[in-house]
Amino acid sequence: MSKENMIIEIEDLSVSYGPIQALRNVSLDVKKGEIVVLLGANGAGKTTLLQTISGLLKPDSGSINYLGEEIVGLSAEKIVSKQLIHVPEHRQVFSTLTVMENLELGSYHHYKKSGKQAIEEEIKKVFELFPILEERKEQLAGTLSGGQQQMLAIARGVMANPKLLLLDEPTLGLAPIVAQEVLGLVADLRNKFDTTVLLIEQNVVSSLNIADRGYVISHGEIVKKGSARELLNDKEIKEAYLGQSV
Amino acid sequence: MSDFLQFSVTGITIGSIYAIVALGFVTIYSVTKVINMAQGEFVMLGGMIMFTFLGIGLNYWLSFLLTILAVMAIGWVMEKAIIQPTKGADPISLIILTIGAAIFIRGVASMIWGKGQVRVPAFTSNEPISIGPATITPQSIWVVLIMLFIVLLLYILIDRTMIGKAFQACSVNPMAARLMGISPARMSSFSFTLSAVLGAIAGLAIAPIMFPAYDTGLMLGIKGFSAAILGGLGSAPGAVLGGLIIGLLESFGAGYISSGLKDAVAFTAILVILLIRPSGILGERNVGKGGL
Repeated sequence: MSKENMIIEIEDLSVSYGPIQALRNVSLDVKKGEIVVLLGANGAGKTTLLQTISGLLKPDSGSINYLGEEIVGLSAEKIVSKQLIHVPEHRQVFSTLTVMENLELGSYHHYKKSGKQAIEEEIKKVFELFPILEERKEQLAGTLSGGQQQMLAIARGVMANPKLLLLDEPTLGLAPIVAQEVLGLVADLRNKFDTTVLLIEQNVVSSLNIADRGYVISHGEIVKKGSARELLNDKEIKEAYLGQSV
Repeated sequence: MSDFLQFSVTGITIGSIYAIVALGFVTIYSVTKVINMAQGEFVMLGGMIMFTFLGIGLNYWLSFLLTILAVMAIGWVMEKAIIQPTKGADPISLIILTIGAAIFIRGVASMIWGKGQVRVPAFTSNEPISIGPATITPQSIWVVLIMLFIVLLLYILIDRTMIGKAFQACSVNPMAARLMGISPARMSSFSFTLSAVLGAIAGLAIAPIMFPAYDTGLMLGIKGFSAAILGGLGSAPGAVLGGLIIGLLESFGAGYISSGLKDAVAFTAILVILLIRPSGILGERNVGKGGL
């Protein structure tokens, strides 16, 4: 695929927490319109990777090229303004603010530029995708169920007009049926909003079902990559993550 | 009856000042979870700097404006000097740093203005107005009006603007706020600057009534802090309510019991209220299932 379609290209990224190395020479890329999933067990370095991309952590070495620009070293706030939006693990909604206020804060980095009317239209579009949030718009976010909070967290991310949306384990702690619903919404997001998504998941089959491509990370290193179909049929993945002996 | 009215007028006046000081505490606390122990010093500086500007012969309202700007700058510098460099320290350490700043400001003030009280003229004529059996000085009316104006302004800022929502976002979840592009560092700076302005205004309003000295800020700070706690730390309407209650208790305590006991009466009442309602009268909304 040509360079113009490249949204993000990560090369040889290494990150450590003090003496402990969390990521070792990780390379990964996401192209426009793709859903790419990053699979791995707890502690493999998935969240570290997303936090480094969004500027919350600084890498030891390596580069992150986003839309043709090096973003390593920029502040998290600056990276948000480039429409690279990170929806963090554990939802992290603003619990004492209403659903509506949470959504408005999603547009914080561009509300001055976009104007009130554009934001209101954006909220309408988001409500079409997440009708439950419209029903509960005046409710405090902390009073929503886990699944609804996750939808709110994603919707708040969408309000920031992402060119690339980073989703950190959106199905964590959700009942399987709700998890399916949330992943279905992620697929809708790409189909309806044209949003490019880099998704972290432990839910191997469900997430590969909505993804185009995937990477597997283990102990801070990318150990496998390929199309979603290839990974679904991969023997080792089946054994390691699905407990099927082949 | 006439005593009662007179004590009420005095109580509401001083209570309004406590309310403004308390709002300064709430503004910083609601963004950073820091209690700024130098809030009372901002009030003292408001009166003292005004005195100096008037002393060099500047026009009253020009001095007024310059005083606000000067205290605002001091608040901004204080945040840059002691809060920003310790980014990420827990609120307790930051609170201790603000105590240090308060002592420093008090020390510098005693060197500049000496230990005596200074006199600042009232906003408008100081001819007392009789309302029935009670008399009110025009300055008291100004104090109450200013307090109401500030409450309205803060309400609009916090509840009706994006910056107010960003304030709240920073206090609920600074990490998520950063991921929305809100800079908690900038919001912290803004909150200190804003509460320095509130402190300066309180100082300007009260100076003609209570003749400030270098150590005025200590007691005003404690009273304002008590008002904020009493109302429920973090709640702006609570701060106002707390301020007025303390002001009235003090005034009635001084009038009906003994002026030597006015602080004791006020603080005893606060203790009793807090024993009954530990989170304050209008304590923060507590919501389960939030964030993590």
